[in-house]
Amino acid sequence: MTADAFLSFARGTGFDWALTIFVFGMLLRLFEVLSLGRKPDLSEGRGSGVQGGLKTIVTRTLPRAAVFAREPVRIINGYVFHIGFLAVLFLYEPHIELFDAKMGLSWPGLPTGIINALGVLTIFSLLLALALRLTSPVLKFLSTGSDYLAWLVTLLPVLTGYLAYNHMLLPYTAMLAVHILSVELLMVVAPFTKLTHMFSFMLARWYQGYRAGHRGVES
Amino acid sequence: MKDDQTLGERLRESGISRRGFLKFCATTASMMALPPSMVPAIAAALETARRPSVIWLSFQECTGCTESLTRSHAPTVEGLIFDHISLDYHHTLQAASGEAAEEARRIAMEENHGNYLLIVDGSIPQKDGGVYSTIAGITNLAMLEEVAEGAAAIVAIGTCAAYGGLPHANPNPTGAASVSDIISGKPILNVSGCPPIPTVITGVLAHYLTFGTLPELDHLGRPKAFFGNSIHDRCYRRPFYERGQFAETFDDEGARKGWCLFKLGCKGPTTYNACATEKWNQHTSFPIQAGHGCIGCSEPDFWDRGGFYDALSVPTDDAGNILLGAAVAGAAAGAAVGLMNRKKQNTDTRAHEKVTVDDLNGD
Repeated sequence: MTADAFLSFARGTGFDWALTIFVFGMLLRLFEVLSLGRKPDLSEGRGSGVQGGLKTIVTRTLPRAAVFAREPVRIINGYVFHIGFLAVLFLYEPHIELFDAKMGLSWPGLPTGIINALGVLTIFSLLLALALRLTSPVLKFLSTGSDYLAWLVTLLPVLTGYLAYNHMLLPYTAMLAVHILSVELLMVVAPFTKLTHMFSFMLARWYQGYRAGHRGVES
Repeated sequence: MKDDQTLGERLRESGISRRGFLKFCATTASMMALPPSMVPAIAAALETARRPSVIWLSFQECTGCTESLTRSHAPTVEGLIFDHISLDYHHTLQAASGEAAEEARRIAMEENHGNYLLIVDGSIPQKDGGVYSTIAGITNLAMLEEVAEGAAAIVAIGTCAAYGGLPHANPNPTGAASVSDIISGKPILNVSGCPPIPTVITGVLAHYLTFGTLPELDHLGRPKAFFGNSIHDRCYRRPFYERGQFAETFDDEGARKGWCLFKLGCKGPTTYNACATEKWNQHTSFPIQAGHGCIGCSEPDFWDRGGFYDALSVPTDDAGNILLGAAVAGAAAGAAVGLMNRKKQNTDTRAHEKVTVDDLNGD
């Protein structure tokens, strides 16, 4: 198989399969959770559940002072990773072109040099995240294979994207194909690991916030 | 043209100065990425080179390759080099026709057996015994096999001869194949492109005349000197790509300002050719300079690599229906799993046995 044929597979059949599994899996997981339902809460609330829900969606984005003081590096690294990853994903022009073609939505991007630098930062933050996980006895004890898999499939798209852009390791055509395939791997794995949080985080925050708001306690 | 004339004699006869000739040798050396020390060697070799016999076979093609190589150059040193080879058979260009033309081919094959250079343009249909293209009643397939047998080397000109090209595009009704799909055991060089750049073929011929061998090839059998870099890497519009400045349509402000054509489907990043440096029409321009993205014509199966106007980062298929199906199936499966969970929950609740204080105290 030539590099061109490999790239065609990644852009064609491979992408179709990955997207199908991604959409199927994500909706399966969301509906699975939603259809579980909860017993109706008949208590008279002391506060507003809606207000609590909306507030928590925002406040959970910010660190709590006490937690931050205990583990500043982990929290800052979390921000660096998420901001870097989202910027590389959503503000790189060729990626925006993909969203434009598939969803009809487009927005301004960043110059390639900045994306490249953010990519490096994101890779380092992922390496640091792994180091922190491996050096903390508690976190290491709690980690399962699924956690390491989620880490790997998140790292690969950023790493291969960087290698492709900078013409490293493989010729560009082949590395671009590997990059797209790594994204497809992420799409296939995401619904069945903790990476579902990319969609469920809002739902979870809303639910927690609503419950706390209804009871009139801090969430 | 006297057959025993050397190239040097012929060039002087045509009024080309020694300076002009050496300039050509130096250009060729730098073009082929050879060290400057090779210039005298090239000059000496070309000076004394005898006319090699060349048989040019045109198969399932559009004559664009021949047009490119013969008409895009005004009489230049390259043109003379091209004249200098003994083109013994080329049914588009030769004066003879019919049986006389075939006779010329057979004579050239016999007299220069094992030494002639075979140039092929066009793909070779293989389906149904190769009946889809014949010359003088001989199928392209049979003619290629016959002529290749006595060739010193084969140069596949154009993407059709190199990789099957347009005739090979899905669903390939004639079973079109490339030269290297059919012939093995001979040195084969691919000068891909639809059509290829004239300078590349003259460069390859100069190399062959000088060293008697074909130049270094890449993994797709193309001379590395010309196909070593992607169009994107040598494109004068590359800085706009880096800055994130793209033409969104063919007539917007970006297009007028000459910004990058990536979003309009330019395949420059995955296409390897010398267009951006050698250019066309005596180094005047190339497609991107004229405002149209690269369509990747020097790569295998470029017709089947998605839309010419779809950006490289965009998937080639429209997965709309599959996606809708997946969404519905996912939601249904999720709801089904949820219902099963609830049912189990209810069953478990009903199965709970009442525990009395006596049970707990036990006996």
